[in-house]
Amino acid sequence: MPPELLPAQNPYPGIAPDDDMPFLLTTVERVVNWAQRSAIWPVTFGLACCAIEMMAMASSRYDIARFGAEAFRASPRQADLMIVAGRLSRKMAPVLRRVYDQMAEPKWVISMGACASAGGVFDNYALVQGVDQVVPVDVYVPGCPPRPESLIYGIVQLQRKMASQRTRVF
Amino acid sequence: METPSLLAHLQPLVPDVPLEAVPAGDWPTVLVPAAHIVETCRAMRDALGYTVLSDLTCADYLPREPRFEVVYQVVNLEAPARARLKVALPGGAPQVPTVCEVYANANWAEREVFDLFGVTFLNHPDPRRILLPDEWEGHPLRKDYPVQVNVPVRVMAPLQVTEDEFIANIQRQRTVLSKRS
Repeated sequence: MPPELLPAQNPYPGIAPDDDMPFLLTTVERVVNWAQRSAIWPVTFGLACCAIEMMAMASSRYDIARFGAEAFRASPRQADLMIVAGRLSRKMAPVLRRVYDQMAEPKWVISMGACASAGGVFDNYALVQGVDQVVPVDVYVPGCPPRPESLIYGIVQLQRKMASQRTRVF
Repeated sequence: METPSLLAHLQPLVPDVPLEAVPAGDWPTVLVPAAHIVETCRAMRDALGYTVLSDLTCADYLPREPRFEVVYQVVNLEAPARARLKVALPGGAPQVPTVCEVYANANWAEREVFDLFGVTFLNHPDPRRILLPDEWEGHPLRKDYPVQVNVPVRVMAPLQVTEDEFIANIQRQRTVLSKRS
């Protein structure tokens, strides 16, 4: 940038006009948040019918990979998002808890569908009425099943939540 | 074949069992007393060729006595034909002998009926619940069981193997892996 430009005419306000190499100021927190939310990898936890819509979201038409969820990891140790897709039965609750505990921090949970959020249409002896009785949930996506666009909206909401939180690096 | 012809074939094989024809829309259905179900099943399997027990289930007709009906669906693969045997049980302490010696796949089906209806199967080799946790109280598919149940969720489950079995499994995995490489 030529040094004789006045500050008011400087088109790059954050950049010092005297240097040949422009630099950008930010915080570690914002960079870490951006990195975490732009590459959020879910662990496969499809339980019932919502899993089909989750698969649809992951395939080419609705493509969650363009939002960063490139690979669904089978191992919870390698994932940072758990999408609980489907009915959670009482027999499965300890398994869900164990998989959640095996995920490394920072981790987030999306409760997909009516059954995962609140028991859905099944208010009986066999199903847990909402997975938030077992794991802490960040985003609830209603629907029976939610359309893939709804689930993508839920993931985008989660990304906004991650952008606004203090960083959780470890 | 229709129920009268099934009865005509079955009754001579078990002459002292009072069998009764039950009107049914699809397959011949016979009502058998609880004490004689095992010999009737054995006659169906060995003499009449109904070698497969396709289903074993139960129905609860609550205000009616007898309250429960345990239903056995059997299949003849050669003929081919299907038949149904029913056992009517009272609501107080429903008991019926197990048919596990006749049809081996009755084992888990009878455990399921015990778990959900509370029907006791006498001489069953493994009489425990199969779907619900072992300490669950009540039999949910009975008509007087409440629909909405407020029981706290069990979040931690103990390991189902003993510590020695766990260690043995890991060591066996290690020897298998080392042999492979």
